[in-house]
Amino acid sequence: MQSTTNLSTYLSLSIWVPIIFGLIVLAVGRDSRAGMVRVLSLVGSLVSLLPTIPLITHFNTEAHGMQFVEKAPWIERFNIFYSLGIDGLSMWFIPLTAFITVIVVISAWEVITERVAQYMGAFLMLSGLMIGVFSATDGLLFYFFFEATLIPMYIIIGVWGGANRIYAAFKFFLYTFFGSLLTLVAIIYLYNKSGSWDILAWHQLPLSMKEQTLIFFAFFMAFAVKVPMFPVHTWLPDVHVEAPTGGSAVLAAIMLKLGAYGFLRFSLPIAPDASREYAWFIIGLSLIAVIYIGLVALVQKDMKKLVAYSSIAHMGFVTLGFFMFNDMSVQGGIVQMVSHGFISGAMFLCIGVLYDRMHSRQIADYGGVVNKMPKFAALFILFSMANCGLPATSGFVGEFMVILGAVKFNFVTGIAAATALIFGAAYSLWMAKRVIFGAITNPHVEELTDVNNREFLMLGILAIAVLVMGLYPAPFTDVMQVSVADLLAHVAQTKLPVVAH
Amino acid sequence: MNTTNLIPMYAEVFLLIAASAILLIDMFLDEGKRAITYMLTLATLVGAAVFSFSDYSSGSTVYAFSNMFLNDPMGNLLKLFSYLTMAMTLVYARQYSTDRGMLGGNLGGEFYVLALFSLLGQNVMISANNFLTIYLGLELMSLSLYALVALRRDNARATEAAMKYFILGALASGFLLYGMSMLYGATGTLDISEVARKLGTGTVDKSILIFGLVFVVAGLAFKLGAVPFHMWVPDVYQGSPTGVTLLLGGAPKLATFAICVRLLVEGMLPMAFDWQQMLMILAVLSLAIGNLTAIAQTNLKRMLAYSTIAQMGFVLLGLLAGVVGHDTANAAAAYSSAMYYSITYVMTTVGSFGMIMVLARSGFEAEEIDDFKGLAKRSPAYAALMSVLMFSLAGVPPMMGFAAKFAVLQSVLATGAVWLTVFAVMFSLVGAFYYIRIVKVMWFDEASDNTPLVVHGDKGLVLALNGVAVVVLGMIPGPLLNACMSAMSKTLAS
Repeated sequence: MQSTTNLSTYLSLSIWVPIIFGLIVLAVGRDSRAGMVRVLSLVGSLVSLLPTIPLITHFNTEAHGMQFVEKAPWIERFNIFYSLGIDGLSMWFIPLTAFITVIVVISAWEVITERVAQYMGAFLMLSGLMIGVFSATDGLLFYFFFEATLIPMYIIIGVWGGANRIYAAFKFFLYTFFGSLLTLVAIIYLYNKSGSWDILAWHQLPLSMKEQTLIFFAFFMAFAVKVPMFPVHTWLPDVHVEAPTGGSAVLAAIMLKLGAYGFLRFSLPIAPDASREYAWFIIGLSLIAVIYIGLVALVQKDMKKLVAYSSIAHMGFVTLGFFMFNDMSVQGGIVQMVSHGFISGAMFLCIGVLYDRMHSRQIADYGGVVNKMPKFAALFILFSMANCGLPATSGFVGEFMVILGAVKFNFVTGIAAATALIFGAAYSLWMAKRVIFGAITNPHVEELTDVNNREFLMLGILAIAVLVMGLYPAPFTDVMQVSVADLLAHVAQTKLPVVAH
Repeated sequence: MNTTNLIPMYAEVFLLIAASAILLIDMFLDEGKRAITYMLTLATLVGAAVFSFSDYSSGSTVYAFSNMFLNDPMGNLLKLFSYLTMAMTLVYARQYSTDRGMLGGNLGGEFYVLALFSLLGQNVMISANNFLTIYLGLELMSLSLYALVALRRDNARATEAAMKYFILGALASGFLLYGMSMLYGATGTLDISEVARKLGTGTVDKSILIFGLVFVVAGLAFKLGAVPFHMWVPDVYQGSPTGVTLLLGGAPKLATFAICVRLLVEGMLPMAFDWQQMLMILAVLSLAIGNLTAIAQTNLKRMLAYSTIAQMGFVLLGLLAGVVGHDTANAAAAYSSAMYYSITYVMTTVGSFGMIMVLARSGFEAEEIDDFKGLAKRSPAYAALMSVLMFSLAGVPPMMGFAAKFAVLQSVLATGAVWLTVFAVMFSLVGAFYYIRIVKVMWFDEASDNTPLVVHGDKGLVLALNGVAVVVLGMIPGPLLNACMSAMSKTLAS
């Protein structure tokens, strides 16, 4: 076990502190002392946020390769290491995950009254596991965390979800399990071929076109389901509708990013030739996602479903950006991932706020909310604007970069991607109009009370994040520049074995 | 080589003496003092474990009784886990069996004594180096188990299960014995090492060998419960009293795995090409039929029986991945992964059936899946425990089952059989469905029965340790994987 610098334990702390807090919360928690459980969970999530801060402040934006590296033997029989590290591609997701967890704990404060400890414990553990996915540099360790996230999420959806929660929980579990099992086969193949589990070593491993193609599609199955891409996206709306607010927020804000991140860490660098060969395929599916799914979102009657479809469309931008192989588009994709984390999380929390009061998610049940909830309305409009990519919000930065990259890549693709912005504006603003403005038609809306301090706090923090990232995106893009350039340079080279003539 | 060296079989001699002594002591105990029998049985297991552990830590392979018996690291490791499984089974089953009158009356101690004799049979199987020794051990184990299944004389289902188990078990033994006789005819020897040597010379008549091999593999498949020789498994698992189900579904799997290695690997490695193909068919069918049929079950014991069939498919996958062409480089890795899988399976299954016995009360079996409804409300800790076991059987990290599945898949993929691996993982997906359905029933459904769960001290503690072990060994699988690997390498080298 060698540690290079004293910075090297922050990643481990980021992973294990929330998991240990989660276990403590589970162990001491009873519904009879729900108040204590809430405070303990909040403390846990805040303490878990602490070790992620040095990751931002001590991150060297000039350096190539992995930082904050940790490495220790784990399963020697298979040469598997407990190795962690982050680079510009993954850095932002770790603080983002810890941050969203804090918000989720706050959002559940008065809303979850049954089995509080289990709810909070599941989210804390989930947070640690997801950070593990983003920071693992060993293939099996990655898979270990990637799969383990299924357990708490399955329980969260199934226990605290809506009426059709059991169907949604099964759909979620089985869809994602299906994809990741194929990935398991692919990573075992890579190990058998290379004798190593180091993802960075796999990046250098020469592979024939046939191997690359099979590996590419095996990864594709796991990551496309998680993103989710058209046509394997159908689980997401079902799950979002049924999941509790916190579950939806974490799912949209972080879990979908696990898939997109997988494309960057695995598909592109391990199978670069296949990635280039089948880029048209991914680009095609992404465009379908941004345009077709955008149209589908337009006709939704259920707010959560609408935001769920909008998530699919936004994630379409991310995958679109990745597979156009230029600096602008890939960076745009990653920025979009972070920004979507804030915005989609906020949108689901807003819907949660309404749902807690009205117990309805139907757009038709609302109208004129602004009269009763002015503070909420302002925030809701801000997030809707961000969702459709208004300049000065974080939503604009990522989408704009991807569209710029798309124009550079191919003018028609650029036009198609830009069209999506119109749909985005259409469904977001139309929903905002129907929910927030207009005359009050439903007597229940008359009885609405504005957001309380707790809700204002959580939405306010997210609003600040959205605005800061929109006004001054440089800290976000600076971090990833070197890594993205390295990635693209790597993808541009062929990995096919040299054939002797 | 020694002819009558008793030292290598101290553990077995000790078991025999202790079992006989307990049988006698129990005669003089009245029903209220059956706890003494129970304690003595557990003490016997500890004693045997001490012997086997000292043999295991010496790491050497010793032959005895004119090569009929051998004591090697693989055998000792499997024996240690057999004792552990047996001890856990007895702890879990005690209250359950008492409630059902199986420990009552003058002959109540039989339960423990028969369990010890079946364990002795398993030990003999594990250490066999001769066709006759294998048969001897197998019959000692099986006859004890037949009697155990029939122990509830007044229960129609148990009697039916015993009948079925006996007839099919006898048929399987017949198959095995017939196969062995063919091998004897072809090679002229009953000694497994000698058979291997004869086969190595290449002068043996292949058609008789293959003929014998088919019967041997069929007999082993019967004992493992692989499709298409699986018909007895669901009926016997469901019909037997749960404690006995565990006695025949737990530790005996390790012994059966051992005789598979002894017969196929140690005895007939030169014919690997032939038996691997047979195992492949068995594995593919077991994975498919076991997993698909398990979905349709409403009885948890029956579901676990079908899940066993599917899990045995994975063990077979490990066993068939040892030899590629004539290259045995992968052998130790593949067989040790199958061994690790068997151990994992047993550890997890013991816990699952233990949970069924925890929920059972006097006059109530708790073996329907619906009986687990809303368990998370009645007792979150036990619901969590059962969830851990189910996720482990489904192969989800960080549970032990994942490490086992991973090890087997790794060795199968190393043979280049990509499509077989993909087939196996796809049926794991099917399997995941019915395992997580149990989790769903416990966590998402409303309880139909709100009686608080009463769990007696030792059973609760052991179950908790069982669950923790499944998680911890899943997160730190290295030591046990290494132990299996080094034991298997030594066994193959000897």
